[in-house]
Formats: sequence, C-alpha cells, structure tokens
Amino acid sequence: MYAFEYRHPSSLAEATEMLASSDDGRVIAGGHTLLPTLKQRLASFSDLVDLAGIDELRGISSADGAVTVGAMTTHAEVAASSEVQEAIPALADLADGIGDPQVRNKGTIGGSISNNDPAADYPAGLVGLNATVNTTNRSISADEFFTGMFETALDDGEIVTSVSFPVPSSAAYCKFPNPASRYAIVGVFVAQGADGVRVAVTGAGGCVFRVSEMESALSQSFSASSVAGIEVSDDGLLEDIHASAEYRAHLITVMAKRAVDKANG
Amino acid sequence: MSDTGIGASVRRKEDLRFVQGAGKYTDDMNLEGQVHAYILRSPHAHATIRSIDAAAARASQGVVAVFTSEDMTEVGGIPCGWQVHGKDGSAMAEPKHPVLAEGKVRHVGDPVAVVVADSRTQARDAAEIIVVDYDVLDAVVDMPSAVGNGSIHVHDDVGSNVCYDWGLGDKDAVDAVFANSHHVSRLDLVNNRLIPNAIEPRCAIGDYDRASGNYTLHTTSQNPHVIRLLMGAFVLGLPEHKLRVHAPDVGGGFGSKIFNYAEEIIVTWAAGQINRPVKWTADRSESFQSDAHGRDHVTTVELAMDENGKFLALRESTLANMGAYLSTFAPCVPTYLHGTLLAGQYSTPVIYCEVKAVFTNTVPVDAYRGAGRPEATYLLERVVQVAADDMGLDPAEIRRRNFIQPDQFPYQTPVALVYDTGNYDASMDKALKAADYAGFGGRKAVSKQAGKLRGIGIASYIEACGIAPSNVVGSLGARAGLYEAATIRVNPTGSVSVLTGSHSHGQGHETTFAQVVSEKLGIDFDNVDIVHGDTDKIPFGMGTYGSRSIAVGGTAIVNAIDKIIAKGKKIAAHLLETSETDIEFENGQFVVPGTDKAKAFGEIALTAYVPHQYPLEELEPGLEETAFYDPKNFTFPAGTYVCEVEVDPDTGTVDIASFHATDDFGVVINPMIVEGQVHGGLVQGIGQAVLEGCSYDGNGQLLSGSYMDYTMPRAADVPSFSVDTTVTECEHNPLGVKGCGEAGAIGAPPAVINAILNALSEVGVTNLDMPATPHRVWQAIRDAQASYQEV
Repeated sequence: MYAFEYRHPSSLAEATEMLASSDDGRVIAGGHTLLPTLKQRLASFSDLVDLAGIDELRGISSADGAVTVGAMTTHAEVAASSEVQEAIPALADLADGIGDPQVRNKGTIGGSISNNDPAADYPAGLVGLNATVNTTNRSISADEFFTGMFETALDDGEIVTSVSFPVPSSAAYCKFPNPASRYAIVGVFVAQGADGVRVAVTGAGGCVFRVSEMESALSQSFSASSVAGIEVSDDGLLEDIHASAEYRAHLITVMAKRAVDKANG
Repeated sequence: MSDTGIGASVRRKEDLRFVQGAGKYTDDMNLEGQVHAYILRSPHAHATIRSIDAAAARASQGVVAVFTSEDMTEVGGIPCGWQVHGKDGSAMAEPKHPVLAEGKVRHVGDPVAVVVADSRTQARDAAEIIVVDYDVLDAVVDMPSAVGNGSIHVHDDVGSNVCYDWGLGDKDAVDAVFANSHHVSRLDLVNNRLIPNAIEPRCAIGDYDRASGNYTLHTTSQNPHVIRLLMGAFVLGLPEHKLRVHAPDVGGGFGSKIFNYAEEIIVTWAAGQINRPVKWTADRSESFQSDAHGRDHVTTVELAMDENGKFLALRESTLANMGAYLSTFAPCVPTYLHGTLLAGQYSTPVIYCEVKAVFTNTVPVDAYRGAGRPEATYLLERVVQVAADDMGLDPAEIRRRNFIQPDQFPYQTPVALVYDTGNYDASMDKALKAADYAGFGGRKAVSKQAGKLRGIGIASYIEACGIAPSNVVGSLGARAGLYEAATIRVNPTGSVSVLTGSHSHGQGHETTFAQVVSEKLGIDFDNVDIVHGDTDKIPFGMGTYGSRSIAVGGTAIVNAIDKIIAKGKKIAAHLLETSETDIEFENGQFVVPGTDKAKAFGEIALTAYVPHQYPLEELEPGLEETAFYDPKNFTFPAGTYVCEVEVDPDTGTVDIASFHATDDFGVVINPMIVEGQVHGGLVQGIGQAVLEGCSYDGNGQLLSGSYMDYTMPRAADVPSFSVDTTVTECEHNPLGVKGCGEAGAIGAPPAVINAILNALSEVGVTNLDMPATPHRVWQAIRDAQASYQEV
C-alpha cells in the first residue's frame, strides 16, 4: 500500500469539498475491493475520503411503495432489516448471500454499486427491481447507472447517497457462485412489479444485463417452464478458468428457472 | 488405560496457547536492530536478464543494501537432497538452482534481487524502482510439450527438459503377461497440481553475532536440522557449530516447509553482510508463487486381469513435473514414494512403472501431504474401478478378490517393499457397513426422484510411512539418513523434558509424546514437557514429514526411556541393596517383586542428581539418555474409504453426501488427535478431487494466484465425516504404531472421483480429471451427450 491522506468527513458537503480539493482523491465506503487493491499496489490515491462518519448515508426507510437504502448501509444491515424482509424479501436474501460475514458487516450497497464489479450481486438486484440510484447530484435509473465493467454513470466527485427500490409483487435471486471467490459466476434476479417483469443477470457478462426474451415469456406466464426452453447466446459473455461463456449462458437459464420457482414460493 | 496414557483422547495441551493467541511464530519475533528484506521476483516465466540497474533503489530512503546474484558469488546453489538414477544408470540432470537468478529467470516468482531496508514498505518501494531489463523467452509449461522435440529448454546446460527417465520392475515380464491376459483395463489421467497454502506463510529471520561469529536462522521449518545441514554445508559454507536453526511454533506445513528455500539463505547470508538481523515474511500472493507446489502427474495406467478379475500385471507410465528447479526432495516423490506403492493392497504379481521427470517454467514441485503415495493410490484405485466396470464386478468384490490375505504377511511386493502386517478385508467390511453400502440403491432412487445423479465410490489405499530405513533410502539416492533422535532429560525433581528431533507444526506432539512418556515412566502427564525445533537444544534429528513422527520419533523416545529405566534399576538396586536383575519397573515404581521394597521414580531421579548414596564408582550421576532410532522397515497404514456423492446435472455441482473412512494406523496413541488428522487429510483429499487446481496459462503466468481463483476447501464443502479404525499392530516398532498424517489426503481423491464417475455413468461419462469442478462435470455430461447423439 502506498501512503495516502486519510480524510473522515462528517457530512456529505464536507466529503464533496474534500474530494474536490484533493489531487487524486477517492471515496472509500466498506473498502472491500479498494483496500485489497491498494494493498497489492494496483492503485494509489492522494486522499481517501471515508464516508463511514456520515450519518445521512445510513439507514433504511420505506414510503410510497418503495424501500430506500442509504449508501453506507451494510449488506448485513440490509439482510437483517425487517422492513426489507417484509417488503422485498428477495433483496434481503441477496444481501445475505454476499461474500462472507466479514464482507457483509463491512461492505456497503453504495460501495458495491459504485465499484460495479461484473460479478457483484447488487447490480442484478438494482436492475431487476428497476431501482433508482440517488446521488449528490441527481437520480439515475439502475438501467442507466451501470454502464460497463467497473464503470458507472457517476461523474467525478459524485457520490451515491441512497438507492430506492420499488416494491415488487414477487421477486427472487439465484446465484451460482464461483467456487473460489464465491462471487457470482451467474446470478439472476427476477421480479414482477408495476412495470412488468424484469430478468437481470450479473456475473455472466462484463456488466449486468437484462434478458428481454425471458422477460416477455415470463410476462405471458410467470412460471419456470416459460424460461426453461430459452437459450441465451454466449456471445460476449465472460470466460475464465472457472467457467466458459457457453457454461455461463447455460447457467443463466438454470438460475432463471430456479429464481422464478423461488419467487413463486 | 490411564486417562492420559496411550489410547486416551487427551485434549491437546498446546491448544491453550494457540487459542489464546499466545503461540510464538517466527513472524512474532522481532530482533533488536532488525531490518526487512523484500524480494524482487520475476514477472516472467522465462527470460534472460540483460541487466539490473539498482542504483536508484540503493539510494532510496531507508535502504540498507540491495543484493543480486553478482553479490552472492561465494554462495552455493540450493542443494537437492536426493539423486535418482535413470533406467540406463545415468544420474539425473541436476542443473544449478541459484539463490538469486543468474542471468536467467525460469518461473514467475523466481527471485531476482533483494532489497534490505529499515521497513518492509521502504524495501518494497525501492524494489519497485529497480530496473531489470528482461529479454522475454517463450516458456514451456505443459509436460507433453516439454518432453517433445521443441527447442525451448528450461536449462540450456541440460540439453532437454528431462531430469531423469526412471523405471521400476521387470518390464519384459510385465509386457509378456499383458500380451496373454484375458482383459486389459486402461486409463489416462492427470493428477492435478496443488498449491499447499499452510495457514502461516513462510517467514525467515537471519541473525549474526559479531562477537561469536555465530549465525542463527529462525524459520518456518518442519526440520531445522535438515536446513542447518543443507544450508550450512552446501550453500553458505558455515560449520554446523556456528549455525543455529530455530523453528518455533509453525502454522502448518503439509510438506511445503520441509525444503530449503532461497529466502532462508538470503536472510542468513545478508545478516552477516550487514551485521543486522534481517527478516522476510511472505505475503499470501508470494506464497502462491514461491512455496513448492505438489502432485502434477500425467499418467497412463493399464491393468491386466484373468477371466475372474484377478489382477495379473500393472503397467504405468508417468510424466512428473519438477517445475523450474529441483526442490529439496523432489526427485524421490514420483519415484521411490510412488512407484513402490503400486501394489496397493493387492497381490498383483508383476508391476512395471516408468517415470519421466520434467523441467517446466513453473514453480518447483515437491512433497505435499502424501507425496507420491496419493498419486500412486489415485491411479491404482481409479484403474481398479475401471476394471470392475469392465468385468461387470462390484467394486468391493473385485478388490476383495485381489487383497493380500492376512496369512500372507510379511508380504514381498513386486515393487521392492515388504508389508509387515495388515488386514484389508477387515477395513473393507467396516467401511461398507458404516456406509450402508447395501442400501445405496434406495438412496440413488430417492436422488433420482429429485433430478439428481447419485454415485458411490470406494478407494482402498496403502501408504509407506515411518520414513525411513537409512540404508534403504541411501541405496535409492537419499543424501541423508532418515533416523530420528530423542533425549529424555529427567530433572532432579522427577519431571521430564523430552528433546525430540520431530517437529510439531499442528500434529499435537506436545500431547501425544507426553502421553507416551507418561505411560512408560508412570509419571504425571503434566510433568512432561516436549522441546523441539531448535538445533541448539535438541539432538540431531530429521524432522517431521511422511507420517513419521510417532513411528520413528516416538520409537526414539521409547528407546531413550528404556535406557532411563535401565539406569534407574541400577540406582534402585543400590538403594534397595539388591541386584539390578531383581528390580522391575512398574507404574512409576522400581520394585522388588514379592517384597514391599520399592523406590518411586522421583526418588531415583533425585538420587541421580544428589548422589550421596550412589554407586559412583560404577555409575555416572545424572539421569539423561539419548537414543537415535533408525527404522527397520517402513510402516504400512492402510484402509478403505467410501464416498457417496450427489450430482446436479443442470449445473454440474457435486455434493459430497457422505464419507466413511476406516483406517488401520496400528496402535493409536490419541484417538481424538488421530481423528482430527484424518479429518484434515480428508478435507485436503476432497479439496484435490473437487476444488483445488493450480492453473498456468501458456506463457507460464499463474492464473490461480490468489484465493479469488484457487479454491481452498471450506467447512461447507465437506460432509460430517464418519471415521473409524481397525488395528493390526506394526511389528517392527515397540509402540506398534504406523502413522496417520497423510492417509486422508491419499485415500480420498480416488474415492470421490470413483463416486462421481459412478453417478455420471448413467449419462455416459467414463472419465473425468480432478478437480471435478461444476464446469468440468457439466462439460463432461454435455460432451457425453453430444457423442451419444453422434452415435
């Protein structure tokens, strides 16, 4: 790890100012990707602006048919939240399956989505639930937020403040974990709500994506058999020592089936 | 049986300090004036070094020194401890293994330069500004290409990539049997490369005392005397009385901490150069590319049978990866720890084995839990399963037809070893019963209802432990003896310090050895202290590996105790005014049978050190004895494992539904510790079978270089084990023990793979290599279905 200036603001305004005034500052949330990267000397920043002390970024609330989760809310807090469990049990379930207890008790929703790891779980949850990402500058729909591998629509200095999830009528997440890292080789989030059916896939490609053919089929009939016969193309899917593109494509269908079954209880 | 003697499940006394965080590991030590070494390693698998410019690094803040191979011309290469001779009698190729690269790097992670600085961060900062001008060469990574006609040679002076071409057995006799047999079962397989991953990364601290000229190396070693011998004599030219090697608490080794590593040499030598203690601690990424790896064989095996499934002959041909350099014991692993085990538990009359050892641009490969014996067991138990399928025989039945029978011991195998005892049907009976083998069909039907494929697999393994008779291994190329030493130091008040050459790095010697001493001397378990790991304290011993500690180290302890008792009888005879031949030692008392004359052990100890009433003209005072024990034979633990799996055909996921192990370890000193050893071994064996696989790309880059990509087994990956033992006592050591440390890692892989293939037989899959990851299983199912459709 290279040396950096550690900053710990107590308000968003202060954080924004610190970022703006630093040479090459970076926000740190739970740090579960950033710190290992720094330790391996794969990145270095002049300043790390720690959001942990900003109260306005924490907490979970529900109103008007949506659940809003503060950016610095940990995965464990989402998993254990009675509000989330009641309104969107699939989201609590997703959070409960991220990493291991250390990760869940330190990692945050804001950090996860801002990093946009192609194998992270939350992007599937956000896109599947048609969530809105609220930032220091604006609100961005999940479909537009995730733009590419480790890339988002965030501008320099823009900080995620919260995520709002519309409450679906039913939803579920199924993932097939990488045996080593336990990140998703393929994770599929299915949901049906006011805006129709959504099927969002993480892990398989460079960035979370939707499977429109499955969405149409499930709109007709929300049952596993609707997606069982849909073969997703492996074109452009990831390939590594753990899974070929072809295997990932196959797993999308398997996980989608299982997610629909799970959503149907 | 006392509650702390032989056979008692005494709680591990060392665990108190470990669970309280009070263990003292090498990295916990920090010496006055200590500086830190950072090792600049090669990012390339194969490259010539045109130049190294370290000027800026030398001027960097906090830097004390920068060393390259040019600074170490007085230092020898890292020695290999075993010389194998090939089929034609020629000695193996033994290219120099420099401490720091000399003009060429040969694997990713090969040490190139060392920066010593006040802090580790400063050393690393400086290392980053060293400019190494590499001319990158094509790398040779996979063994078939390495032994082909390609022009890429890991070592130019060897002229090929073959280290040796070795054979064992009568090839002509074996070929003749194959030509006339009823049936031949054949199998091609890969024994996957593993990365050891002891929980404690390696660490070494070199220290030099200018006043005495003495060097000390504190290091994470399984065998400090072996390191002192090799590094002192062959590398640094230090006489042994000027070099102390100290291996304190060590957090796991599994073989990877047997070997003499470059970093141990670097810190010891550098401490002398700069007259300050020098510390190096591996980080985990460094461990992946600098600890010796394990396994890595590519094998063809054939088994010839008669019409009843009786084995007539076995033939094996293997390529064994040595990596870029010969690690300390690498040459013996695929030869004498492998070919000699090919009889397994069977009375196969003739066997031939040939092994080509191959250099590649990868991390050196050496002994890893089981070392050669897992590879032998895997190929044998896999081909036996194929044979059972080919012959339409139940896999348990074909094994029983070929087991060496209890009345055949001692049994001379066709591959050099003589088994002393065993009862293989007994272990098979117990394992099948525990696994409810007969009820498998019912469970399979239930799985099928749920859309799952269920399979059952058996492996009957044998291993040669208690390594090893020195004259035997000497004739096979070992450059060291493999005896063990122990000193029993009875203190004046009757407590006992045991100085042992065995080294505990998780095995629980402080408990089991104390149990042996407590039982033999009839003294309180808590009055026995086990001292190990320091060449300044212990007698010259060979350390711990090959499941040898209780069989060889334990016997040395027992022999030293016998000397203590013999001397104690003389002292007691004097005190009791009788002849020493009248004295018996029982339950901690020297007694004259049939009388009330008795002297407690403590009284005799005190008398030995306060010899006021003592036969001083005939007997030295004091009560301390040393024994060196050289084993008469190997020991032969054996057993049968039964694994049941359930495969999800949609994803290829394998669930280990149950695992039953029945082992014959001879006499068991501490059943709880043995059970723990079996559990650990099974987890490593299951890890090899379904999870762990070292992966290099074609350029020699390590793809599985962290836990993000190298799958270590976790608790949720394994079932709750059912383990049990049968006992045939080892006949050539006084405790009747055989050793238990490696069995699980040896027997589990074929049991698991046989079970998976049994499950997949329904869908036409006939062969599968480890690790049977979900992707690989799914792909095998898919390929089998495709070929079925083509037909």
